[in-house]
Amino acid sequence: MANPAFDVRRLPGFGTVAILTLALLYLPIVMLVVFSFNEAPSQSTWGGFSLKWYEAAFNNRQVIEVSIRSLWLALVAAGISTFLATLAALATTRVGRFPGQTMIYALINQPLMVPEIVTGIALLIFVAFLKVQTGYTGMGYLVLAHTAFCIPFAYLPIRARLETMDLTLERAAADLYATPVKTFTYVTFPLLVPGIVAGFMLGFVVSLDTVVITEFVKSAGQDTLPTYMLGQLRRSITPEMNAIATLFLALSLVVVSLFFLITRKRG
Amino acid sequence: MNRSTHGWKWLLVSPALLVLVFAASGPLLIVAVYSFLSPGNMGGVAWEFSTEAWFRVFFKRDIFEPENVALNADFLAVFQRTLWLSFQTTVICALLGFPTAWFIATRPPHRRMIWLFLITVPFWTNLLIRTFAIQELIRNNGTINTLLQWLGITSRPIDMMYTDFAVLMGMSYVFLPLMVLPLYAAMEKLDFRLVEAGYDLYASRMQVLRHVILPLVKPGFIAGSILVFIPSIGAYVTPSVLGGGRSMMVGNLIALQFGQGRNWPLGAALAMLLLVVVVTALIFYLRVTSRETGERHG
Repeated sequence: MANPAFDVRRLPGFGTVAILTLALLYLPIVMLVVFSFNEAPSQSTWGGFSLKWYEAAFNNRQVIEVSIRSLWLALVAAGISTFLATLAALATTRVGRFPGQTMIYALINQPLMVPEIVTGIALLIFVAFLKVQTGYTGMGYLVLAHTAFCIPFAYLPIRARLETMDLTLERAAADLYATPVKTFTYVTFPLLVPGIVAGFMLGFVVSLDTVVITEFVKSAGQDTLPTYMLGQLRRSITPEMNAIATLFLALSLVVVSLFFLITRKRG
Repeated sequence: MNRSTHGWKWLLVSPALLVLVFAASGPLLIVAVYSFLSPGNMGGVAWEFSTEAWFRVFFKRDIFEPENVALNADFLAVFQRTLWLSFQTTVICALLGFPTAWFIATRPPHRRMIWLFLITVPFWTNLLIRTFAIQELIRNNGTINTLLQWLGITSRPIDMMYTDFAVLMGMSYVFLPLMVLPLYAAMEKLDFRLVEAGYDLYASRMQVLRHVILPLVKPGFIAGSILVFIPSIGAYVTPSVLGGGRSMMVGNLIALQFGQGRNWPLGAALAMLLLVVVVTALIFYLRVTSRETGERHG
């Protein structure tokens, strides 16, 4: 019997799987957050609401120290990589094919393609060599490694913005006798700002999440929040870890939501 | 004129390229060179050419009779586990991801954005935290075991940590969004009139799915599978936290050579091997996706 309301888009059971998938994606994270507020030191039995694990985290000097280092590193690496990616994006968009283009794209995207463990040990070897040769053991290596890793992430939204920008505005500026520098300062750059901000945010989140590369590049006493957490996961765990993870999650969530809002407005 | 604008462009890209060559491509070349050197006494390398590292990736010599050569069964087991777990991860992600992507693609446009946002957010949160969340679920005194015991299904906790199952769960959880997004992109472009035509010709739902929908979204399917498979074979954090020493993958085997193993050339050779597999998969991916965009234009 023909059904007039027959929906060709519907496939039975698919909606159920979709909702189940979403639940599976969020359930572990939600549990993690819930038990960070647990009075009892357990991941499974509820002992009442408490903020004591947050208090413990904030009173843990090592946690504060590695968190500040992580934030500092993410800001610096995202800042430098966004600057470099902006220059690179300006040079590689709105031009026809030019010699060396494929090589440039391959280089920029290399950190996305090579497994992190391979990049990690490659940097370990290289940094070990540099340390012996120069005697320098500071944060410079981590800044360099994170900057290189963040460049493709910063580059993508900036390039996307440049490619969708209205060229007629720049042409109008040139028609009105604006110099190339003035056109860039008053027309191109203001239009590009959302892309640059998005690129910076993506770079910031990526640097903040990077654990494998940091693990292999860092010298003694240069733990970041993720490498500190990785070390703790191999020992016994208290809900203090849940509290730290929850705060970390909250920060990532804020940055990612802002990123979505900025890139969506572009329309 | 044309030439000078090219010079100007190179000036703009060169700082980024310099950083990348210095901190990404250059070090990779060093790894390739190191894989052909001899191991040093305290880690590091001795500058003597040797193919021993590459030999040891696949073969093993008897300690007492070095002429006796056998396949390196320990390493082969790790390669096999890596490929098998990555394959299973891809299958699980596809089984969950296909219906999810379909469901999202058939929502009204404004709701699609919300669903996509919800799928993408976990992907941008820290991988380590997501792995930690899975660990909390499957630990011996974790959520799942406590629940099972409370329900009286088991009396003793089921050992799930440090097994292939734990790694499989962790990787499927962590890489699932990578399957949903390309599948969604393929389904969003789907011409639903073709689906309708299938039903008009008295096809059943299964037949429409098999003969109309699946062939049309195949490029998205392949893209998603490779996007899940590539990070799976290169995974390090998830297997080291959830698999430990008992359920090692290639990533952990590489790291081991730079830690306790102290055989840098061997680690370098293993890393190059992993890189070759990943690059092969990537080339395949690029060919599939470029064919797809080519069709769209043509």
